[in-house]
Amino acid sequence: MIILKLANPVLAIVIAPFLLGVINRTKAVFAGRRGQPLFQTYYDIFKLFRKGAVYSRTTSWIFRTGPLLGFAVTLTASLLMPFGGLPAAISFNGDLILFIYLFGLMRFFTVISAMDTGSSFEGMGASREVTFSALSEPALLIGLAAIAKCTGFISLNQMFSTVVPGLWISSGAVLILTAFALLIVFLAENCRIPVDDPNTHLELTMIHEVMVLDHSGPDFGFILYSAVLKMWLLGQVIIGITVPIHTHNIWIDTSSAMAAMLILAVLVGIIESSMARLRLLHVPQLLIGATTLSVLALVLR
Amino acid sequence: MQFFISGLVIIIAGGLSSLFFGRKPLIATILGSTSAVIGSAISLIPSITILITGTCESLRLNWSMPFGSFFIQIDALSALFLIPIFGLTAIAAIYGAQYLWQYRQHKNLGISWFFYNLLLASMALVVTSRNGLLFLISWEIMSLASFFLVTFEYEKPMVRHAGWIYLIATHIGTAFLIIFFILLGIQAGSLDFDKIPAIPSSMESILFILAIIGFGTKAGFMPMHIWLPYAHPAAPSHVSAVMSGVMIKTGIYGLVRALTVLGMPPNWWCWTLIAIGAISGVLGVLFALAQHDLKKLLAYHSVENIGIITLGLGVGLLGMNMKMPALAILGFAGGLFHVINHAVFKGLLFLGAGSVLHATKTAHIDLLGGLIKRMPITGLTFLVGSIAICGLPPLNGFVSEFLIYLGVFKNGLGERFASIIPALVVVGSLSLIGGLALACFTKAFGVIFLGEARSNHAKEAHEAGFFMKISMIILASLCVLLGICSPLIIKSAENVIFAITSIPINTIRLELVNTSEALTYIVIISLFLAGLIVIFSIYRKLVLSARSIRNVGTWDCGYARPDARMQYTAASFAQPLTDLFKMFLGSLKKISVIKDIFPKDSAFHTNTSDLSEKYMYRPLFKWISSSFSQLHWLQKGRLQIYILYIALTLWVLLIWKLM
Repeated sequence: MIILKLANPVLAIVIAPFLLGVINRTKAVFAGRRGQPLFQTYYDIFKLFRKGAVYSRTTSWIFRTGPLLGFAVTLTASLLMPFGGLPAAISFNGDLILFIYLFGLMRFFTVISAMDTGSSFEGMGASREVTFSALSEPALLIGLAAIAKCTGFISLNQMFSTVVPGLWISSGAVLILTAFALLIVFLAENCRIPVDDPNTHLELTMIHEVMVLDHSGPDFGFILYSAVLKMWLLGQVIIGITVPIHTHNIWIDTSSAMAAMLILAVLVGIIESSMARLRLLHVPQLLIGATTLSVLALVLR
Repeated sequence: MQFFISGLVIIIAGGLSSLFFGRKPLIATILGSTSAVIGSAISLIPSITILITGTCESLRLNWSMPFGSFFIQIDALSALFLIPIFGLTAIAAIYGAQYLWQYRQHKNLGISWFFYNLLLASMALVVTSRNGLLFLISWEIMSLASFFLVTFEYEKPMVRHAGWIYLIATHIGTAFLIIFFILLGIQAGSLDFDKIPAIPSSMESILFILAIIGFGTKAGFMPMHIWLPYAHPAAPSHVSAVMSGVMIKTGIYGLVRALTVLGMPPNWWCWTLIAIGAISGVLGVLFALAQHDLKKLLAYHSVENIGIITLGLGVGLLGMNMKMPALAILGFAGGLFHVINHAVFKGLLFLGAGSVLHATKTAHIDLLGGLIKRMPITGLTFLVGSIAICGLPPLNGFVSEFLIYLGVFKNGLGERFASIIPALVVVGSLSLIGGLALACFTKAFGVIFLGEARSNHAKEAHEAGFFMKISMIILASLCVLLGICSPLIIKSAENVIFAITSIPINTIRLELVNTSEALTYIVIISLFLAGLIVIFSIYRKLVLSARSIRNVGTWDCGYARPDARMQYTAASFAQPLTDLFKMFLGSLKKISVIKDIFPKDSAFHTNTSDLSEKYMYRPLFKWISSSFSQLHWLQKGRLQIYILYIALTLWVLLIWKLM
């Protein structure tokens, strides 16, 4: 049982970097390129953890603590997340609130680490990050409240295992609206197009990439790893509320969830290939739109 | 009760003797601060035992005042408020002893300590008095003592102005409270709280509105909050800590006490409280975001946190109204736990602001920077306070917000439309407040403590003194402890919630045990997180010790002469959010546009003044003063005419008596 409970965090650590590979491969296919290897993220992380580090003279211990704290937070959050047939390691009433707020703690430290460098680029990224996350947080919480209302449970474990085909028939509209809102939050939180462009190196348009401009070596490895873990975990929320396969057979349930995760990664790749990044002034409108969808899902009977 | 009374006697005696030794700053400081600490420690004993055991101690003495009786009582609700009052004021006294020392040459410190101890004793009396007249008198002493503390640096015009606004605001609030108690007294025939009978429902609503305005002015509900952003920056920092941390909570106490008297809440009371909470919370943090002065920023955050507390109380009332005990229990538990939590972290942040002010002589955020290197302890404790006030795990601020969320998620999401809308407002506003608070405190901490110094003020900063550091460290540890011990603490709330809601004590106990279980999991996860952080930092240290580490300048795209002024400032950091919400903020911007090919200089300036002050109070007071000037012809400035007025009055009174 213990092994079963720890399976999900281990799975997250092992498979999460692969997700980024799938997204990048999808984008490459769309652009007619061969693209980087599917396992490129693993190589990058491995390489970074073997390097030395460069620090700015301006920085303090905050700059050195931020990355490892972010990684610790994402690992901790993975304890709360069920996946397919694998239950969450720890589950209690209201764990979804802790799950969301843990990412708040990570964001706090990412932002102050960026400000610790004294660079105006990183200040700019930090400022945008807090702006957009302040707007995406209500969408996320209200969306999960809608799911809590239609499933009648308030722990992620029970909520997700209640999503069966019957629920899709009785309250499919709520699930669709919430899933759509959460997809927008997913794209914003993981700095994907249309909110942020993970590829660009033009600082004026970047949000997340610019905040970590001065990190290097193992610190940057922590950041990269926690970014893919965060993507994996938030993706699991979307999978959890949409995939109604609960046969009580661990293998079927988990592999279907895994397949759904790959589909999500491909979907993100398609979105990134077919859309342009929004102007920064329009991003708040998108996020407020996501909040509106969540609100609709909550008040819908 | 003996402990409580003797504690108060020590506090008052210490204050008086400190006043007596006013010419000798050392003796005055020692007398004032030690008596505050010792008196508080003694008085804390009965408060804590009563909170845990749920007993009730009272003392009733006769008093020659009409309708008055010296009737004080400590029950669980009073005890809950007494603990932060004594705790925070004692810790702030330790801080203040060193903080005020810089003024010893040209200020009489004895006066300041006298009013400080008087404020402490009067706050304790406010939350324990059970007679309307005694309550009003202690309330007034509390307001006046804090007024004299705010105007400590009265030679500055800004401070006098702030004191003036505070004095007016607090008396407007008191005026509503006087009406409140008179109406209550007419119903009961006595001003003793235990003699109040069931109140007719037409009266209940009037009393509720009076209580909201009267107590809300002290607590800082929007739009009655305008005195906070003036008074807090003007007062010495340990006084701001006490005023913001505990004094404004006496308003919350009064409101809760009034609710227990007023009986079953109708639906619109709950909606009113939730609406006030949401508006104060969201607008409070938005105005905070737009501030450039650290203490003003913190003052607006008090408005925000009072909003969160009120949201909790509103959720609690809603639970009572809709007969959902679990919702009521969790709402009140969250709101009241936030009272204590806010006292701890806001006290800590104001003390931190005081240390910054003391070290740099400025509270202007955009002039600071890089202070964490020169003030490591202040920086660390300020960081702890910032995380706590943003409501992030694992610190105490998260726990109280979690309780409110949990109540709403568990019980507030019923099928009824009447419960979905408040739930939506609570969840939406709490999450928005959380996100905006994070923006605000990453701004404050990042710009003040991180990066490079933006001026000489910041370059010449030094760490705070020993006693100042000690009190900040105590409060920062309390932030952690209250978070870690929350599963135990929450169980002690059963008597308080019973006193407010009268839900059967077994139901409360069961609900709190369930909640405590959830909190235990949170603590386990927090400890796991802390463990991981330790492991990773050891790993990082080991790995990097063998590798090359280079120290260079921050990456600047190859620009040859980076300057500290090129850093992001507080104004630029907050700009996307203040622009987004400009319809609520009404910020004024001054930009000198660059036109020439070789521009000489350019400037950008923003100013966010309070909208309710600008559009509500200023026109109102202008109207009052112009209508009073209509009566100006009565005031001729001639003695003969005034004597005539007196004679006329006496004459009219005489005739009236004879008739």
